[in-house]
Amino acid sequence: MPQFAIIAVSILFDGLAYAMFLFITSVGLSVTMGLMGFVNLAHGAFAMAGGYIVVSLTRSYGIDFVPSLLIAGVTVGLISIRFERRLYRQLYKATDLEQVLLTIGLAFMAIAMFTYFYGPIPKSVPLPDWLEGDVNLGFRSFPTYRAFLIAIGAVLISVLWYGFEKTNIGAKIRAAVDNRRMAESVGINVDLLFTLTFALGSALAAVGGGLAIQLFGLTPSFAVLYLVLFLIVVAVGGLGSLKGTLLAALVIGIIDTGGKYAFPVAGNLFIYAITAVVLLIKPTGFFGRE
Amino acid sequence: MAEARARAADYLVRRHYFRLSEALPWLLMIAAFFLFPNRMTFGSQVLIMVLFALSLDLILGYAGIVTLGHAAFFGVGAYTVALASMLLDWSEPISGIIAGGLLAGLVGAAVGWFILRYRGLTLLMLTIAFAAMLQESGNLRSDITGGYDGLPGLMFDPVLGTFQYDLYGHTNYWYVFGVLAVIFYFVRRIIYSPFGQALTGIRENVRRMHAIGSPVHRRLVAVYAISAAIAGVAGGLFTQTNAYVTLTVFDFDNSAKVLVMLILGGTGRLYGPFLGAAVYMVLEDYFSKLSPTFWQLGIGLLLVLTVLFARRGLLGLAEDARGLFKRGDSAPSAPRRMVWKPEHWNSLGMSALDGAVIGFIAGFAINMKQVEFMTTFVTSAPARALIFTLGGAAVAAGINAVYLLVTSRTSVEEQTS
Amino acid sequence: MTAALEVTSLNRSFGALHVTRDVNLSLARGARRALIGPNGAGKTTLINLITGVIRPSAGTVSLNGEDITNASQAYRARRGLARTFQINQLFRGLSVLENICMAIGERDGHNNNLWRSAGAKREVIDEALDHLESLQIVDDALKLVRNLPYGRQRLVEIAIALAQKPRVLLLDEPAAGVPSSESHLILDVVDKLDPDIAVLIIEHDMDVVFRFAKEITVLVQGAVFTQGTPDEIMRNKDVRAVYLGQEGHDAAQRGGQHG
Repeated sequence: MPQFAIIAVSILFDGLAYAMFLFITSVGLSVTMGLMGFVNLAHGAFAMAGGYIVVSLTRSYGIDFVPSLLIAGVTVGLISIRFERRLYRQLYKATDLEQVLLTIGLAFMAIAMFTYFYGPIPKSVPLPDWLEGDVNLGFRSFPTYRAFLIAIGAVLISVLWYGFEKTNIGAKIRAAVDNRRMAESVGINVDLLFTLTFALGSALAAVGGGLAIQLFGLTPSFAVLYLVLFLIVVAVGGLGSLKGTLLAALVIGIIDTGGKYAFPVAGNLFIYAITAVVLLIKPTGFFGRE
Repeated sequence: MAEARARAADYLVRRHYFRLSEALPWLLMIAAFFLFPNRMTFGSQVLIMVLFALSLDLILGYAGIVTLGHAAFFGVGAYTVALASMLLDWSEPISGIIAGGLLAGLVGAAVGWFILRYRGLTLLMLTIAFAAMLQESGNLRSDITGGYDGLPGLMFDPVLGTFQYDLYGHTNYWYVFGVLAVIFYFVRRIIYSPFGQALTGIRENVRRMHAIGSPVHRRLVAVYAISAAIAGVAGGLFTQTNAYVTLTVFDFDNSAKVLVMLILGGTGRLYGPFLGAAVYMVLEDYFSKLSPTFWQLGIGLLLVLTVLFARRGLLGLAEDARGLFKRGDSAPSAPRRMVWKPEHWNSLGMSALDGAVIGFIAGFAINMKQVEFMTTFVTSAPARALIFTLGGAAVAAGINAVYLLVTSRTSVEEQTS
Repeated sequence: MTAALEVTSLNRSFGALHVTRDVNLSLARGARRALIGPNGAGKTTLINLITGVIRPSAGTVSLNGEDITNASQAYRARRGLARTFQINQLFRGLSVLENICMAIGERDGHNNNLWRSAGAKREVIDEALDHLESLQIVDDALKLVRNLPYGRQRLVEIAIALAQKPRVLLLDEPAAGVPSSESHLILDVVDKLDPDIAVLIIEHDMDVVFRFAKEITVLVQGAVFTQGTPDEIMRNKDVRAVYLGQEGHDAAQRGGQHG
């Protein structure tokens, strides 16, 4: 195979894995922002919490990686319900600015607490044997972990797509995102729906956080560092859209990976440039509502 | 009728007159010089942040535009001064900051023209993206900009040709003070002008503004440019007083920081930026030296509390307090008692539950960290867990009870109606 | 003589939904025309098209002979087109006086001034107070709009429109939401409007319509059903059928229409 093609495939592969991480972590944020218009900048903190729970479970309690991911997801999902009911609910009618500030404050507090308990040094997570090493796909070998990430992503996308498009609840969510007042007047319990989607979104974020450890290492600043990235994926994809989040995650994941390979000195320039261009042309993102 | 008319006209005509109370912040800034003569380098940075926050208030507090990218203009000003000094040997300070301000203003006008058509998340992301792109572009030419390591050892001429910089930063302080005073004068004029009124109109009801013929977009671009220019001046001052600049001036953190300062002090109030920036900088200086983690927890908590209980910032709280006292002068109102309703008990119960969970987690975590005095004080682990859990519940319920007592007292009439 | 407001073949669709169909409407100077029709007929949409909140899919709008079909809202307002909204759009955090001064300031270009204080513009304040006096709300001049009862807020809404010194005035249900004890205040104002202004008023209350209108346009499902003098409209059997017969149909449709 020509060198160029090999590099291209590598970039695509790594970009795809990165995109899966972005999608899994951001999809919850997109749906909740599209559904309730609530700007939750603590979303990154939920992801980070998930990561640290996985670290503790695998290192201190010897639980395997994959079950840890599930436990972390469920735990964060349940805790997020408490946050939503107790705190966020009061601010649904508040201005964007107030929501931004409250959730950023929560994120700061979370970072401080996790720094206190886990320290600032990046944490890693022990992987089971079958996730280590490379997997040979014929023309090249790729890291098994990334293949795993892509596979998990594909499964989650299918499940979410099915849930969104084919089930009753999915239809209700789509209806409420499209026109909340209409949905309420037709008898859909939007409040309950929101709590559910919020919990699910936070759980997914936690799983994403756990998956990210092997890719980037985990430090307490994860919460804010990657937050901007999640916001970009959500804004570029369009609020409340599964398709949009996926497309945005793919575009950003692949172009960023390629960009960093070809022009490492440009850093994140490509991502921000894409964001600006997309938003200037279509302010509501790829598949956002007008 | 005629009297009401005269009174109304009078109020509007006098509104922009200087009030005696306005002298207070300025006197405090002057007093600071004599009270803390060896903290003046810090003092200059506080005043620079005041200026930066003031620029943000113009668009956020008055025009209602939420931005998380204002550091972009601060950075433009900072680097204009730095590069002019380095590449053009232009080290006269006052013309330097004027140039920095002008350039930042032009950039602000250009960017604003494009992005101020949008609002909400779209606008927010565009402001973040722009600041980040400037930063990354600066890094591409780190040979000129010094990248994240920066450009150290910049040299500047004495202010007005006579005031030489000194080791204690005294000259710097008065220099920044002077610039702040001059710019504040202009900002104050703008706020009380018909243009400033129109900005408030845009913030209060943009639909109405369109319907009465206001060129909303043009106005917003204009104020955005002015705000950018002032931020640029602040940036230029930053470079001059530090004799150093790095690409970190463009950091998202800085845009967020100045936003927090403004919220803390109170938006849309002339002196909000003064109070907010001063309080923030002083707290940060003290606490982050003590423990950076603790500072981060503190500022996070402060933000949460501000949004929940002090939405209009410290100045807003002060106004409320004054209102409370005023009410005391008028006829005494009916005594207020606390009546415990089911929803109050519910709220207490929920707080207790939250407190218990948090306490339990805290105990668990402290166990993990083997905090010394905790482990020696109560040796058995289950006992510790119990104490933390119950303690957490008690503390949370207690705080909630106090809050309810303060806010939910109803007067006898309201109870019996 | 050129009409003050001329609407020609105005059409507007939202996807497959054709909300405004081929509307022709002409307001001469000094006109007093009422726009009536069942709920969901597209009356507010028509006002939005005329004022520029939305652009038409086809057709033209001209103001005093000038084509403003693609002009911005603000441009039209500056050329003499004023409107009130069905739900008050006021500066609730500002005083009544400041609300009116805002409109005058825009009209005369004072609001472009960054330098002199707003209080220095004595003429603006005096004119605003004149407007308040003629509407008998001068005592409320310094009260914040949000502290006023709804009926008086509605008066402020009209006062702002009048302060623009418009040549064409569009009133969207001016008495809506006003308690009947206060509605006479609104109606008196409408009665005493400058005879030179061309006025179009959307109304449901037939008493108000017949008291005020010299001409009536009936809008049904986005199209002009019929136009004429109040007498002609009152005697028109089809109009009655449309109102009574449509009632049940419209009640069912109300849920799905964007109104």
